[in-house]
Amino acid sequence: MNGESGPADRHAIVCRGLRHAFGDKVAVDGVDLDVAEGEIFGLLGPNGAGKTTTIRLITTLLPARPGMVEVFGLDVARHRMAVRRAIGYLPQQLSADAALTGRENVGLFARLFDVPRRQRGERVEEVLAAVGLADAAERRAQTYSGGMIRRLELAQALVSAPRLLILDEPTIGLDPVARDGVWERIQEVRRATGMTVLVTTHYMDEADQHCGRIALMHRGRVQALGTPSELKSGLEPGATLEEVFRAYTGDRLDEPGDGFRDARRTRRTAGRLG
Amino acid sequence: MCIVELQKMRHDRTELYTRAIQPALWLLIFGETFSRIRAIPTGKVPYLDYLAPGILAQSALFIAIFYGIQIIWERDAGVLAKLLVTPTPRAALVTGKAFAAGVRSLAQAVAILVLSALLGVALTLNPLRWLGVVVIVMLGTAFFSCLSMTIAGLAMSRDRLMGIGQAITMPLFFGSNALYPVGLMPGWLQAISHVNPLSYEVDALRNLLIGTPGHLPLDLGVLVVAAIAGIAAASALLGRLVR
Repeated sequence: MNGESGPADRHAIVCRGLRHAFGDKVAVDGVDLDVAEGEIFGLLGPNGAGKTTTIRLITTLLPARPGMVEVFGLDVARHRMAVRRAIGYLPQQLSADAALTGRENVGLFARLFDVPRRQRGERVEEVLAAVGLADAAERRAQTYSGGMIRRLELAQALVSAPRLLILDEPTIGLDPVARDGVWERIQEVRRATGMTVLVTTHYMDEADQHCGRIALMHRGRVQALGTPSELKSGLEPGATLEEVFRAYTGDRLDEPGDGFRDARRTRRTAGRLG
Repeated sequence: MCIVELQKMRHDRTELYTRAIQPALWLLIFGETFSRIRAIPTGKVPYLDYLAPGILAQSALFIAIFYGIQIIWERDAGVLAKLLVTPTPRAALVTGKAFAAGVRSLAQAVAILVLSALLGVALTLNPLRWLGVVVIVMLGTAFFSCLSMTIAGLAMSRDRLMGIGQAITMPLFFGSNALYPVGLMPGWLQAISHVNPLSYEVDALRNLLIGTPGHLPLDLGVLVVAAIAGIAAASALLGRLVR
């Protein structure tokens, strides 16, 4: 993919014919995506549409074949370590360690990302302040509210100063105030650093408000792609993003089949948030 | 990883206390009873002295063999995915976890050794030997926790790991020299004992702690090789868990 696509090096992510199957169930079936550097790109779709699988291919958690995904011009299949260095990743589940304090949680990831020892302390304090947790840094994460845990995880993902932040359902199970809080922090950091953000979400209003461009996924494929207003005006004047979503995916938000595992995981996350 | 484990232990000490109960019961009830009936010939060494290093190794085994459950829990919680997206190599993650389990075992070893001393077991006073005990316990726990993580990578679920763990714990324990000399065993069990790293761990601990004749270089060699093999196997399978 070098050579013929010159603009690719200004892209944070380039997917070509991205495909992955679990056994004989094809989860991602030929996805083409270009995410430009510095944009907030939303991946929308019903449960089981292939969003999380796409993310796991980009983050090297699932093996991609050469030529399928490039992150900042690096083929994910060949340069896994370099790609991991460039990425901050926030999984769908609540994954902060409840038994550790906020500072310890972030410090662990500073070490895992080999932030140089001398900068480590400073860097940890910086990101804790950036997500508004400086005052709570000494408390254990189990005393945090759902929104605070999410922001703590955001700090973990940001501590390595990633060029690409990948968020899988970052606001799932949060109340509207906490959701806004998480998004505000993401926006602030992006404005300050120019990092690229790839996000999946179920919340249409969030996608509408925060994403520069959106890809609608369904049955492992990208069904529609564009800015929120392009997508809305493409359907009919005055349409909401929710209506666009329904038009492309059918009426039901839930797919039969693999939905259970997905729903269970989502519910567990929501349950732990209380 | 080790540091994290220490941080957690500092925050929550209840686990340390509750985990010390089982080996204490082994020493007190099993040890005292069998000392009295003298059913197991251990030469000039009192049975309780003979038993104490065995119980130390056993408690480390019990901590380690279910360590994989933590990995599966971390998989379910999304933590493992987050760890695997960092540039830290798999082998380093596994080694960290293995030695974190070792740290836990050491904390428990302290409890067991204090109790042993109270019961009158003649433990060594040589600091170099104590250092050797630390190394052996760490290596033994590292191997068995890697074994557990390897099984986790194959079994993929908590229930299956629990089942397999329980199925292999007792053969590992009874098929070793932890409770009785290998010479007392039937031939087939002796064979098991000779390929069982736990036997080498116990042999080394007994040699270091109460000065029975042992094969320290061989024991150390076996444990180092076993731990390295365990780390290699577990890190090769770690990625499977998040697919």
